[in-house]
Amino acid sequence: MRQVLEGSHAISEAVRLAKVQVVAGYPITPQTHIIEAISQHCADGSLKARFIPVESEHSSMAAVIGAAATGVRTFTATSSHGLALMHEVLHWASAARLPIVMGEVNRALGPGWNIWMDQSDSLAQRDTGWIQLYCEDAQDALDTTLIAFRLAETVNLPAMVVIDAFYVSHTFEPVDVPAPETVDRFLPPLEPRFRIDVDHPRALYPMVGPAFFMEMRRSIQDGMDAAGPAFDAIAGEFENVFGRRHDAVETVGCEDADLVLVTTGSVTSTARIVIARQREAGKRVGLCKIKQFRPFPAETIRAVLGPAPRIAVIDRNVSFGSGGIFAREIQGALCPLEKRPAVYSYIAGLGGRDITPETIAEVLRLAEETPMPAAESCWVGLNPEVRP
Amino acid sequence: MQEIRFHGRGGQGTVLASISLAKAFFEAGWEVQTFPLFGVERRGAPVEAYLRIAHEKIYLRSGVYTPDHIVVMDAKLIGAIDVTRGLKPGGWILVNSPVRPHIDVTAGGFHLAWVDATGVAVAHRLGTRTHPIINTAVLGAFARTFGMPELGHIEAAIRQEVPVKKEENVAAAHAAYDQVHFLNGEEA
Repeated sequence: MRQVLEGSHAISEAVRLAKVQVVAGYPITPQTHIIEAISQHCADGSLKARFIPVESEHSSMAAVIGAAATGVRTFTATSSHGLALMHEVLHWASAARLPIVMGEVNRALGPGWNIWMDQSDSLAQRDTGWIQLYCEDAQDALDTTLIAFRLAETVNLPAMVVIDAFYVSHTFEPVDVPAPETVDRFLPPLEPRFRIDVDHPRALYPMVGPAFFMEMRRSIQDGMDAAGPAFDAIAGEFENVFGRRHDAVETVGCEDADLVLVTTGSVTSTARIVIARQREAGKRVGLCKIKQFRPFPAETIRAVLGPAPRIAVIDRNVSFGSGGIFAREIQGALCPLEKRPAVYSYIAGLGGRDITPETIAEVLRLAEETPMPAAESCWVGLNPEVRP
Repeated sequence: MQEIRFHGRGGQGTVLASISLAKAFFEAGWEVQTFPLFGVERRGAPVEAYLRIAHEKIYLRSGVYTPDHIVVMDAKLIGAIDVTRGLKPGGWILVNSPVRPHIDVTAGGFHLAWVDATGVAVAHRLGTRTHPIINTAVLGAFARTFGMPELGHIEAAIRQEVPVKKEENVAAAHAAYDQVHFLNGEEA
């Protein structure tokens, strides 16, 4: 049934519908609403899960790792400094091949102290072996959370469902919340491939020397390689059951485009308006939304972006000393092509700075007017009076 | 699409008023989107909330800079902050005030309405005399001022959203609906 829900609560609802068995959580703005609602669901019995309040984010990840090792469905959520504090155990979760799902609300890291939208927190965890799925709005957040459980449990890797601070987390909008019976058809109870079982004792996670370690790492890579096709198959099933389509990479009007704008997260919605307007005005512009960041859908990127003469990437993040992270990943993916599009990299909207239709139009104008892209990322909207 | 900005103070229920109104509009068949000023809310400090309503899916996800209408939950905010900043010419201003609020409407050709939502809340024993809960009265006044959504949808949203004193809150919305004053008697 369609109802007006906060983006954070769209994830909480998905967790309830997924019949998660253990949830651990620690509050941090702007994530707190997700965990708050889940603890309420646990208290009123609408979710029959064990809720473990802990003393830090490192402990919440450690708690769900322990729980997941016993073969139950688990969830936690965090943001920014909380995610950074989890870093060590994020590696543990993926190397232990535990299908934990985590809600991640994109927020900047301080100082300067900042609670607003910025992708630097989740992207700093890109090499931890977690699947990363970015969401455009509240409906996308609910649907992606359900897909994430199926995906994580299919390939035995943990998955992060990422939403924008405030633009999605604190925004109320209509969301179709599916009936529990419908979700049950899509997401059956977890059947773990291995688990701690006192009746059948065995050792998990021992010391591994050079003779085996590399093969273990290769098996994580194999899991990630399998996650791409698995996402496509699960998203197809999702569409059959719920009637909504979610692609790892979604394109709008890219086939004949002279210039394709690449976005992630909530900026995509605003960009849809700008692209539609420019199309109406006769400009051949297209839009490409990247939902799946890990595994990076390089093959799809080559197929949909390869034919475009020019690509403009908006990054709400920066890797200091390199540039916009999505732009760099795309450049890497396009590298094997003989004829490659020119990739223009733009950094915008850091620390909650608004990305308006005008900002997006400015990015498109800059890309159109610049004959050759610079090697460095171009920062959009810097205030010269503030910049030292 | 129409954009409405709410001005209030932390603890006054400004964000809740915007959410309830979004739910009422949704019940009435509109597409809606509402969000608070992104930041840290403190009790008593000025807060803002924003509401977008449209007949088609709302894709715009940036801030509201040029609202069509504004609602001011506390008349003392007028002058302290520029409540009409960015307000589109011809926009409506609804203020919680027992008397005609001091606000310049001529420059922008704005329309002005006011209601004593605080008086209504106190009369219906909502909150305390020193800290009355005014948002349901403001919702009733909104329905009258803008001619939408219908009072029935406001009632349904209040019953769904307000945890206690549901009927007193519904009664306050009705009372405020009947007590809206219009500058020069011009209704929307």
